[in-house]
Amino acid sequence: MHEWALAESIAITVRKEAFQHNLKRIARVNLQIGELQQIDLEVFGFALESVLQSQDWGIELETVVVETVRSALQCRNCGHRWLYNDGASGLEEKQTEAIHFLPEAAHAYLKCPACGSPDFAILQGRGVWIESIEGEG
Amino acid sequence: MDPRPSVIVRRLAGIRRILAVSGGKGGIGKSSVASVLALILSRKGYRVGLLDLDLAGPSTHMILGVPATPPIEDKGLIPPEFAGLRFMSVIYFTGDHPTAFRGSDISNAVTEILAITLWNALDFLIMDMPPGLGDTTLDVIRLVRRMEYLIVTVPSAIAAQVAKKELSLLRQLHVPVVGFIENMSRNIRVRSPFSPDLECIVPYLGVIPYDTTLEVALGDADRLIETDFSRHLERAVPAIEASNCLSSLRL
Repeated sequence: MHEWALAESIAITVRKEAFQHNLKRIARVNLQIGELQQIDLEVFGFALESVLQSQDWGIELETVVVETVRSALQCRNCGHRWLYNDGASGLEEKQTEAIHFLPEAAHAYLKCPACGSPDFAILQGRGVWIESIEGEG
Repeated sequence: MDPRPSVIVRRLAGIRRILAVSGGKGGIGKSSVASVLALILSRKGYRVGLLDLDLAGPSTHMILGVPATPPIEDKGLIPPEFAGLRFMSVIYFTGDHPTAFRGSDISNAVTEILAITLWNALDFLIMDMPPGLGDTTLDVIRLVRRMEYLIVTVPSAIAAQVAKKELSLLRQLHVPVVGFIENMSRNIRVRSPFSPDLECIVPYLGVIPYDTTLEVALGDADRLIETDFSRHLERAVPAIEASNCLSSLRL
């Protein structure tokens, strides 16, 4: 996912939740980001600050804590499990960039290291998830 | 909670109408109708985007001859412009590689593409839908709240039956339908026996002949627009322009 899209989606969702729960100050947002998203945290931080400053969001957001969730892939053919980084070392730069924008593109470029099947499941390590929002009214 | 769907509303906010070209069956010309309809609307002066959502078998880039120029990255992805259209497809990420997508992969990919693509202001966004009533259809209906459907069918009892099932699903999900177009007709002077059955449900927008010149025009937008296929499809455009599905044709 693109860092700017992520920043915007976080700002919109936090604002909506803050409004629904009457929160004026958000002390902490706990965010889980899958490793496959390959988010550049520096760019994300800059994007989030810019998004929050560009509009009157009406909320104070103090801290965003990001936990990167390691990837786990499993072959649906032979059951072999592996990590994204184990198979990603041989990828070209444009292929890893494609996976950054669209993590499902991994299905186009990765194969099971054990049997070579392209039919694998991403057990964890993709997607973005707001685990919790802490604040006060 | 997944924050990604929240940004999709903003991404589509500048688009006046979102039209999904569907029809249930494979091989009935949905992608050709979507591509050429986008071209026709563009040449009429509308600002048009074309989004290929057939993730397993994208083909609109081949139909139109879209070059492999990747989207520009600027606070998201700006779709490349080609033949007057803004174009987005999974091929920018997967190239010509086969993709073994399953249900959750499709849901994630549809969400991600809608969240990162910066269409900006458009009069029409045409979505080329995959065959079937599966994950992509359900996800798009869930994520894109204000969309209309255009149904493509062919003169065949099987295709008509599948189209009816899709119309029934769209009715249950309260998705408006502009109407249906009958493609690949061998005799455009005679309505197919299946057509009136569908017309009881949604408006009939016209018929397109089986056009043998379409195949040789593939990959060339200027030739496509000169085909009989395009000329007959264009006759359905005034009805599409005039329809105000979101208020009057809600099933």
